[in-house]
Amino acid sequence: MTDAALPLRSGRPPVRRTSTMVFLVALAAFAVLVTVLAGADMISTSFVKLLGKTLCLALAAVAMDVVWGYTGILSLGHMAFFGLGGYAIGMWLMWARTEAIVASNLAASALPPTPGELREGIGGQIFGVVGSSDIPLIWSFAHSLPLQLAMVVLVPGLLALVFGWLAFRSRVTGVYLSILTQAMTLALSLYLFQNDTGLRGNNGLSGLQNIPGFPAASQAQISIAFFWASALALALGYLLFAWVVSGRMGSVLRAVRDDEARVRFLGYHVESFKLFAFTLTAVVTGIAGALYYPQAGIINPGEVAPIASIYLAVWVAIGGRGRLYGAAIGAIAVSLVSNWFTSGGAPDLDLGVYEIRWTEWWLVLLGVSFVLVTLLAPKGLGGLVDLWTQRRRGPARRAAYGPDTGAKRPEEGAE
Amino acid sequence: MLRLFFAILLTAVAAPAAAQETLQDILQSHAEEVADPGRRSVGVVIEDLLEAGVPGAPLFLDAWQNREVVLNEGDGLFYIAGEEEGGMTVLRDIADGAAVGEAPSGALSEVRPNGGVRRVIGAALVQFRLSDPDASTRRRALEAIARRPDADQIEPLAASIEAEESPLIRDEKLRLLNILTARYGETTEERVAAIEAMAGSITPDARAALSDILATRDRIVPAAEAEEPGALPLRLPRDEAYARLVEEGLAPPLVTPAAIRDAILANAEGETVAGLPLAAMDTDAARREAYDRLAAEGLVEPFVTPEQIEAAVAAHRFEASYTEGDPQVIEAARAALGSVETQVVLNRTADLALDALSLASIYFLAAIGLAITFGVMGVINMAHGEFIMMGAYTGYLVQQFVPDYTLSLIIALPLAFAVTAAAGIAMERLVIRHLYHRPLETLLATFGISIALQQLAKNIFGTQARPLTSPDWLSGQWVVNELVSISYIRIAIFVLALVFLGLLLFILNRTRLGLEVRAVTQNPGMASSMGIDPDRINMLTFGLGSGIAGIAGVAIGLYAQVTSEMGANYIVQSFMTVVVGGVGNVWGTLAGAGLIGVLQKVIEGFNPSNTLAAQTYMILFIILFIQVRPRGIVALRGRAAEG
Repeated sequence: MTDAALPLRSGRPPVRRTSTMVFLVALAAFAVLVTVLAGADMISTSFVKLLGKTLCLALAAVAMDVVWGYTGILSLGHMAFFGLGGYAIGMWLMWARTEAIVASNLAASALPPTPGELREGIGGQIFGVVGSSDIPLIWSFAHSLPLQLAMVVLVPGLLALVFGWLAFRSRVTGVYLSILTQAMTLALSLYLFQNDTGLRGNNGLSGLQNIPGFPAASQAQISIAFFWASALALALGYLLFAWVVSGRMGSVLRAVRDDEARVRFLGYHVESFKLFAFTLTAVVTGIAGALYYPQAGIINPGEVAPIASIYLAVWVAIGGRGRLYGAAIGAIAVSLVSNWFTSGGAPDLDLGVYEIRWTEWWLVLLGVSFVLVTLLAPKGLGGLVDLWTQRRRGPARRAAYGPDTGAKRPEEGAE
Repeated sequence: MLRLFFAILLTAVAAPAAAQETLQDILQSHAEEVADPGRRSVGVVIEDLLEAGVPGAPLFLDAWQNREVVLNEGDGLFYIAGEEEGGMTVLRDIADGAAVGEAPSGALSEVRPNGGVRRVIGAALVQFRLSDPDASTRRRALEAIARRPDADQIEPLAASIEAEESPLIRDEKLRLLNILTARYGETTEERVAAIEAMAGSITPDARAALSDILATRDRIVPAAEAEEPGALPLRLPRDEAYARLVEEGLAPPLVTPAAIRDAILANAEGETVAGLPLAAMDTDAARREAYDRLAAEGLVEPFVTPEQIEAAVAAHRFEASYTEGDPQVIEAARAALGSVETQVVLNRTADLALDALSLASIYFLAAIGLAITFGVMGVINMAHGEFIMMGAYTGYLVQQFVPDYTLSLIIALPLAFAVTAAAGIAMERLVIRHLYHRPLETLLATFGISIALQQLAKNIFGTQARPLTSPDWLSGQWVVNELVSISYIRIAIFVLALVFLGLLLFILNRTRLGLEVRAVTQNPGMASSMGIDPDRINMLTFGLGSGIAGIAGVAIGLYAQVTSEMGANYIVQSFMTVVVGGVGNVWGTLAGAGLIGVLQKVIEGFNPSNTLAAQTYMILFIILFIQVRPRGIVALRGRAAEG
């Protein structure tokens, strides 16, 4: 190992600062551009929503990069936190909207409604689809926006804290940990799929695109507002993680990724660092989910199925692991291209003997291109940036940065 | 002496004459009773019919019961009425139902037995059917009795037992007779003996008979009334007790919020009710106050106070009493039901164990290939589920070309192995080889292959499920008794799993290849320096693991449906099995599959309708289990453990 193997730098290295500034400026410019285009009616409301949702996914991907690219934990369950954030905010959205509808229905009757009648009406409206009208205990806070906003942070945070504590404490690492996180998100989705757990089973929560309290706002205005909120969240999240992964904390996290045993022998409490990274990213992912689902309008248990979390890892890998902007670029590029292909935007390819319809073949292409990226371009899309900056530090490194399964490889680029 | 002689002579003469007597003759000798049967007179006819043993009697009785028998005034004979056309009715023979002629409809008088007579005929019919020479008819008659047991059936059933030739049917008859006697027997001793004979019998009709005997009826009596012997006091929560009083009309109903609302609306005067503004009625307290005022004016029933509820409940006694009056019978039935329930629990447990065993063997088959590749190469193959799918589709395709299901299965099993093994080797050579020591990257790369393969299958075979039909000899199920049964396919899968367990143990422990595989598993560096080519071993192991996935696919496809997503349904379970069992060890996978299979079935046993909850709890258990044994049940030791 050379001295560069564990660079215990204090303060942010200039290149990181540059990349952060460039990313933020580009994001701001993008946001302004979209606002102008939307204002001039050159892009549709649904496209603005798509962009807003994509920014939320980018935020989740940046968080995933911190936990995988920097800390070496390949979590295949981070979309569980994304979904939990969505469910938390969705409960309030659905409650408040149903409350308004029920109140206006009951206003027509001869007697003003009592609180009990209101609750009964709301219960019937929300839980009628699962054959019940009782309001489950987990909806106790649904009437209050501040409390549900607290849930957006607390529920994913606590789940990550408890799960991470259990997993890291017993030194489950590598592929085992990946499978365990996958089991976690599978258990959550199976739990949510049940009708009697109080979150409407496979119907999920719907009608989330209507924001209570702004009856006059059009969907166009709401979509722009959420787009800005998503962009702001991405910017703040990016800054937060750029700060976390630089400095001493970042050095320890990278060291844990490359050689966990050595860091432990140096006297660091590895579990605490891992737990910190896992929980913090879970909370940010939850917030991203809370911004995503009001734009999507519906959330159901399928959203937290294991495959969603694997896709999150795929985006990070395609964008380039271990660089924050890479994760964001990967998420944005794959989800936009994927949307282009699956919505029929891509022209079908006529091979004479067989016509390739991309709605059918897109997943095959994605799967194959993902294998190719893993094999041939470990730097991912972020590697293109290296070409741009002509940055070629550390050409002498031949071996991986450490012995661990998650350690950074020289092909993935220098730190 | 002379009398005796005459008597013997008469019998001797009468016997051959009776043998030649036809059904029609017997009916003619009772023409009046047949044409206008009364409840008493019909007995004579039936007795004679039974005694004569003429063929066709059941057919006639059936027609008689269904009011299809007619008397032709023209020749005075009985017929079964056939189709009517243009005023002429086809006449059918009463003994064999063959058309024998026609007669003007006006000349026929219908025989119309009344309800009581028809019941007597029905009982006779039961007896005829129970003694029918055709065994399947006798069986059907027994099934009819079991479905609708009746006191009238005891006698014909008992009468038919002696002449029964088939020991199986005879046993069934005795069993049914026992059940009937237990329910409808005449004397207490007879019934108690019958009930005691039923102890330990788990057939549904026996259980139904016992619980019928023990049926209770709830009663509400004034508390002051003297207690009836044998009545069981019911302990009801206060609210439910009061609700029952209301149901019986013994207490005034509680005033519900809806009733309050209706009362307020009915008594509203303009904008006020009882002097209170309607607009203020937006809390329960305000509404109750308004209702109270209305009650004070005598306009509505007053609220029922908690004291009133208490008093009303205290004034009555709630008890249940047996519908059966005989305490000895009740005692015997209780004892018998207790032993029956023990038997039921034991049998259910046995059934659950069989289910768990079969589920475990499916998990074992699905996971063992994964365990081999993971153990040897430290590689998680996310496309393993798609190899299972490929195996199942191979089986489906073979069936399209080979119509004989047995033969196609024999071809499909090795072919599936060959196809998936080839796919596995190709994947190892093209992708995984380049990602050694990078298990996380391998995981994601194989995931890419997995989604590509899944979509490819969807494009080729469509989204609808394809059937993989099992041969006839595998289609039934092995029934031990009413509660314990298992389908032959599941037994076959179990056998297949056993075969593969044995085969793998043999390959790994008794062959050169196995020796090399184990060496590479334990210490790849050392194995390589001892002259083992790890590349070749890796390739062969991957082929073996993938090939087994293909065979598992055929097996799973036989009992589940073949879809492009079937592999994805098993992949996470397979991971769990491998992780729980411990890596790189056949016994570990076996232990993991056994644990998960048994656990899932046991949790399902608590709430069979909710398999989702069972899976959720099982995964939670696995997460906790990993806390205790992070390396699985059978953990590797040595260098390989530092993965």
